[in-house]
Amino acid sequence: MSLYRDSAVVLRVHKLGEADRIITLLTRRHGKVRAVAKGVRRTTSRFGARLEPFCHVDVQLYTGRTLDVITQVQTLDAFGGGIVDDYQRYTSACAVLETVDRIVTEEGEPVLRLYLLAVGALRALSGRERDPSLVLDAFVLRAMSFAGWEPALAECARCGQAGPHEAFSIAAGGAVCAGCRPAGSVRPAPQTLPLLEALLHGDWDATTAATEPVRREGSGLVAAHLQWHMERQLRSLPLVERRESWHRIPEFLRERAAELDGSELAGAPAPQEN
Amino acid sequence: MYEGPVQDLIDELGRLPGIGPKSAQRIAFHLLAAEPADVDRLQETLQKVKEGVVFCEICGNVSEQATCRICQDTRRDPKLVCVVEEPKDVLAVERTREFRGRYHVLGGALDPLSGVGPDQLRIRDLVTRIGTDGVTEVIIATDPNTEGEATATYLVRLLQDFPGLSVTRLASGLPMGGDLEFADELTLGRALSGRRSV
Ligand SMILES: [Zn+2]
Ligand SMILES: [Zn+2]
Repeated sequence: MSLYRDSAVVLRVHKLGEADRIITLLTRRHGKVRAVAKGVRRTTSRFGARLEPFCHVDVQLYTGRTLDVITQVQTLDAFGGGIVDDYQRYTSACAVLETVDRIVTEEGEPVLRLYLLAVGALRALSGRERDPSLVLDAFVLRAMSFAGWEPALAECARCGQAGPHEAFSIAAGGAVCAGCRPAGSVRPAPQTLPLLEALLHGDWDATTAATEPVRREGSGLVAAHLQWHMERQLRSLPLVERRESWHRIPEFLRERAAELDGSELAGAPAPQEN
Repeated sequence: MYEGPVQDLIDELGRLPGIGPKSAQRIAFHLLAAEPADVDRLQETLQKVKEGVVFCEICGNVSEQATCRICQDTRRDPKLVCVVEEPKDVLAVERTREFRGRYHVLGGALDPLSGVGPDQLRIRDLVTRIGTDGVTEVIIATDPNTEGEATATYLVRLLQDFPGLSVTRLASGLPMGGDLEFADELTLGRALSGRRSV
């Protein structure tokens, strides 16, 4: 039995038995690690709250026979607080975690760059300053670049001819020139690929001018590009909320509720005086 | 990672309570090697239990009839609705004897990592129920963990502008990271009575 310590992001949490959990961590030095946290579902647990998704923690583990066991946890950044209170940020952050989990297929292999990218994305999401959808897209582009799947955004994905090109093909791996464009290519707005390029290189100033339709189109291309490289589709990606006004309740229900409320009050028996 | 259906089966089994990835793998390979008749019998049994158990058409709680005992009880305040994730949470809140309203069972929490979004939960039913049944207060009692918190804040945002509706959440006292079902009655009761407006 050997003890080790590392900093980590909590990617996933699975119930195990009555009160334990299996925690999937992306650690700084040991890559992806799946470990057991005992008794954390009891509300008396000392560190249950620190082992929730999005937590950035300093963790101590001992090597077990099948899974490592978590013995101590300290919070480095409680990113969850700034993420779960907004549905757009929550769904975007979930997609960040799932992307990491799926890109790293081998446990125990250090993936420092991806760890730094994930921490950066969660920090940006919980910081509430940037459009969550753009933060997610920037993360996915860079994570794919880490995995060796960087889409061609300027030069032609097939022949390398310098762009800008008008067509984009998921199957070909990005922008394609007029000579190479395969059937099924799409023709994004002229601002869309430059937006993706800015996101890939972290040029946030260049992204602020992008209009809503351009952002949405960019997100669509990024998501499609990622899913293309995955054996199985990511579950969270289609659930990412891109609209800011998602919470609109149909007007007729609102009106009916208002009517009901008024009539109920009017029809209620007057309080007895005695 | 195995190919296609085998991995799907392992994933499916791994989602069952108390079954870790190793057990899921063991059961999956047991089923693969089992006689077709044995697998058929299991499949039939699962089918039967799914068809035999009814969910209350109003609140979504498990029920023997079309509407459950609580929704039929005229002494319980229909204007006050407690929103929980699972039927087992109804039992947990009932045990406190603090609550005299009715329930709405969502059928889970918003959990994008497991493919659960608003359309997979009974959220639309809740909104319709509020819009048509004259509900005046909603208490959100989701689990005090990440998915539960995200679900609670989603519902608050969704419902906050509803005319004549007050939305409250369980007061803290429930530590984050836990399951509602593990909270002792005292803590849960206190959290209910001390719920805060949002
Ligand atoms: Zn070309
Ligand atoms: Zn009912």
